Parts: sequence; C-alpha cells; structure tokens
Amino acid sequence: MDAFQFTLAETLKQAVASGAQSRTAQQGAQVRFVAGGTTLIDLMKLNVERPRQIVDINGLPMDRIVATADGGLILGALARNADVARHPSVERDYAVLSQALLSGASPQLRNMATTGGNLLQRTRCVYFRDPAHACNKREPGTGCSAIDGYNRMHAILGTSEHCIATNPSDQNVALTALEATIQIEGVKGKRTVPIGDFYLLPGSTPERETVLEPGDVITSVTLPAPKPGTNSLYLKLRDRAAYEFALASAAIVIKASGGRIETARVALGGVGTRPWRSLEAERALEGQSANKETFRAAAEEALKDARPQSDNGFKVELAKRCIVRALTMAVATKTA
Amino acid sequence: MPVVCCAFCAASRIDTRGDSLEKYTTDSELPQNEDGDARERHEILPARVSRRSFLTQLGAAGIAVTAPPALAAKAGTAVLEPDAQEAPALGDAVALTLKVNGKARSLKIDPRTTLLDCLRENLNMPGTKKGCDHGQCGACTVHVNGRRVNSCLSLALMHSRDEITTIEGLGQPGHLHPMQAAFVEHDGYQCGYCTSGQIMSAVALLKEPVGPSDEDVKQAMYGNICRCGAYENIVAAVQAGRSHA
Repeated sequence: MDAFQFTLAETLKQAVASGAQSRTAQQGAQVRFVAGGTTLIDLMKLNVERPRQIVDINGLPMDRIVATADGGLILGALARNADVARHPSVERDYAVLSQALLSGASPQLRNMATTGGNLLQRTRCVYFRDPAHACNKREPGTGCSAIDGYNRMHAILGTSEHCIATNPSDQNVALTALEATIQIEGVKGKRTVPIGDFYLLPGSTPERETVLEPGDVITSVTLPAPKPGTNSLYLKLRDRAAYEFALASAAIVIKASGGRIETARVALGGVGTRPWRSLEAERALEGQSANKETFRAAAEEALKDARPQSDNGFKVELAKRCIVRALTMAVATKTA
Repeated sequence: MPVVCCAFCAASRIDTRGDSLEKYTTDSELPQNEDGDARERHEILPARVSRRSFLTQLGAAGIAVTAPPALAAKAGTAVLEPDAQEAPALGDAVALTLKVNGKARSLKIDPRTTLLDCLRENLNMPGTKKGCDHGQCGACTVHVNGRRVNSCLSLALMHSRDEITTIEGLGQPGHLHPMQAAFVEHDGYQCGYCTSGQIMSAVALLKEPVGPSDEDVKQAMYGNICRCGAYENIVAAVQAGRSHA
C-alpha cells in the first residue's frame, strides 16, 4: 500500500474542496473519500487504488433515512447497507432493495458498507484486481486480459473491445429498477442525476465508470414514491447460496391487475458492464398478459444483444431464466 | 556441547524430560549432562518461549536479513516517529487515541495501519486474527459501537470516535462470556484460528433480527468461514450461546 495523508472532513464543503484537488474522480484518483472502506481499503492493499490523500467522511451528517413529502424515501449516502435493508419503509415499500442488499456480501460488510460507497463499488474482474495483468480499466491502454483470458464471470451486455468487466453490485440493480436519483454536492453546487444516467459504458474509456467529477460527494439517494399495487422482487443466481457475486440477477418492479401488466421495470445484475436496465424487456411486458409466454418473450428481448465471451456463454440462457423466474415470482407476490 | 539448531529445539530441551530428548539431538552425551545443559540453555532463552514470541523474533530476524538497510530503517521509524512540529508529511506516523475494550489507548501509527493490524501489532492484542486480510473470511471480526465489522478493511484512524470491542474484551478464562463458554462446551472449532471471529459474530447476532432455527444461524454466520469445516458444532454452540446469553 502506498503512503497517503489522512484527513477527517468536518464539513461537506471541506470534503468537496479536498476532493477537488484530485485530477480525476475515476480510476487513478489522487484523493479518495472513505466511508465504509470495504472496496477502497481492499483495492489499496492490492495496489489497484493508490490515492495520496484519504478523506474520511464518516463524520458528516449524511446517514439518515427520511421520508419525502410526496411519499418517497431519501437514503443518506452514509446509511449503512444493513440499516437500509432492515428499515421498515424499505422492507415494506421497496422490497427489491432490501432483498438485493441482504443477498450481497456478509453481515459484517453490510454493517460497514454505505449507500454511496456501494454505488461506487468496483468490479471484481480478477485481472483488474491484479496489477500483474494488463487491464484497460486500471491502466488505460494496456489491453484487456479478460477477453483472451478466463472470463466466466464477465459481462455479456454493454461490453466493448476494451473492457468486459461487470458491475458487481446488487444494490445498484435494485436502485435502477426503482428509478432512484442520486444527489451530488460538487464544486459548482448541488445536482441530481437519475441512476440511469450515472453509470457510463466502458467504450474506449473503461477507467471512467460514472459521471462524477473531482470534488463530487454523493450525499443521498432518493427513491420515488411507490405506486399502489406494485410488487418488487430481487432474484440472484450464483455459484453458492451465500457470500458470492451474481452470475445473473434480476430486479423487478411490476404492477399487474386482472392478469394484465400495467407497468414493469426490469434491471439485470451480473451480466452487464453497468447495472443493466432493459427497456426492451419492459416494452415487451407492458400491456401484455402476465403469463410465462410473455415473460419468456421479454427475456429474449432483454438478451437479444448479448455478446458472450469464450467462457460465459451459459450466462445468456441463465439470465433469461432468471428474468422469467423473477417475473413469475413477482406477480405471484401478494401486494402489500 | 550439544548442538541446538533453533529456539524450538532449545525449548524442547528445557521442557522435556526423559528418553524422548534423544530425538531432538545428535549429541550422545546429552542425557548424562541434561541438568547442566538445561540450566545453560535457560539462561539464554526467555523463561517461556511462546509460539507468538518465537514467530515474532523469527519475523524480525527475517526482515533484518532480507531487507535492504534503508527499508529496514524505514520500517523501524514508522511507529517511532518523534513528535513533528508541523502537519505530518506523507508517510509520517500520526497520533491516535483508540478506545478498545473500555480503555483509551494513545499511540502513533502509520496511516496505512488497518484496525486489525493496529490491534495485533501496535496494541499487542493478538486475539483478533488475520485470515484473508480482504474481508472474505471473517477471522478479523470485532465490534465497532456494538456492531460486527471486518477489522481488516478499516483504517485504525477511522475509529477515533468509536468504541472497539475485541475477543479480549468479551471475557477471560474463569469469566467467559456465555458464547465463549458455549463454544468450549460444544467444541465449536478444530484448529481454532477462526474462533475469535466466529464468537464475535455470534455475540453480535444476539442483537440482530435473527430467526430461531439452525438455518437462520447459518445465514447470520455466513460471513465467518471455518476452513476446518467445524460448522455443525459452531451452529450448536451459537444456539446454546443464544439460549444462555
């Protein structure tokens, strides 16, 4: 681990000013904010992250979970994953988020990891995590070891010839299906970014993963008010029953009445280079009968642009079955 | 003089009596001179060589032999940095007061020090174990403000405002925490390396929303890996500990 200066941010303004000293807020940042530390400290030990300054933001008052005037919910960026997952409003109105959080990591890690930190969770690509290998995300221009390497865990949607790494988060898949918005405080003041616009595709710049600029601090995530009669659910498929990243996962937010689907939101995890919303699947569901044929048609639509690598062809069919099963379970769930 | 190849070998001569000594030495005269030899060895060794002190000495010797002089000197100054007049420069040790098991401990540490390494190396509390060092095994589990966390993925400097509890703070021989006693009673370990982390997790889950069944316990404990596979007994111990706590 490289040496760094450690500072405590007493105010949000201080944190923004410290972060603004960095050349980038993306891979290679010289200044990093630390909250839970579960991603950052891990990657610093591997020399994948090498910041010169660590700004501890745990003292900032951003850990509350509060209702909005219009029935939504604001999750403070420092709210711990365990607290969000077990919050009564989240369990009742946003089951998909509670289930996604509880399907990830371990109880210890969920006590540490935060809402904002989880948004910025880095890929588990083994080549990204090992500086002995070429990786365009870690060292732009060096090549992608995964494309010609062992890529069973890698993405099949949103890939480029430069990077095929998956976004590993469960939380972010649920937030995508919930159409959450992200509040950011930066050098130029406050702004709100819909989660659908927050993550970038790798393209030719896989080292850039989000729209964040130097100095930007994520302060909260807002969930829109739940629509009455809506069911939500998270289904995660993985190599073992616990403490493992998704091979494929699906977050569903759906409203069906009289056997007909009124609205549907479908997001996928474990298969995309970013939390993967499938507008194609949603279009194939809305207005149709809630039955297995419709679900399968939606799944086919969601994966029609899939580009499997040498070792992960199985993910195409696995993701389709994950969608069908998740939709079947979601419409069968009794509405709260 | 008999040949002593290492500290273990020498310790064996001190602590062992009888014919079994011969397998530790090639010196045929040793049995006749056992007492004199033992006294002589006793003078150059600590009264009792523990596994930890032996390994620590071995580790220090290893660094001295293999590291270039500049690196060895740098490693030595990391925790012995004199009080700086200005703001600490990159790599300087910084002051920290950490509240561990109810006691405030003031120290100077390299900012890179994880909470785990701080407990083990700076505060000499080796009850908390280093397994994977990447948040994947749970051996390093401690409580921060009553909640279980992986101490390997946290910097010590992040905890100046927190209350840390380690296995040493739960109970001691003669006054065990009910969960510690349950692990002893149910043989909830084999090699014991993961045990302190298992117990810290098990004590934390007493305050978490965990259902009554063995399956619920397995779910709540999956952040603690036991490489020996003593899971059956660990679940039994946790269930017993829950009923006694």
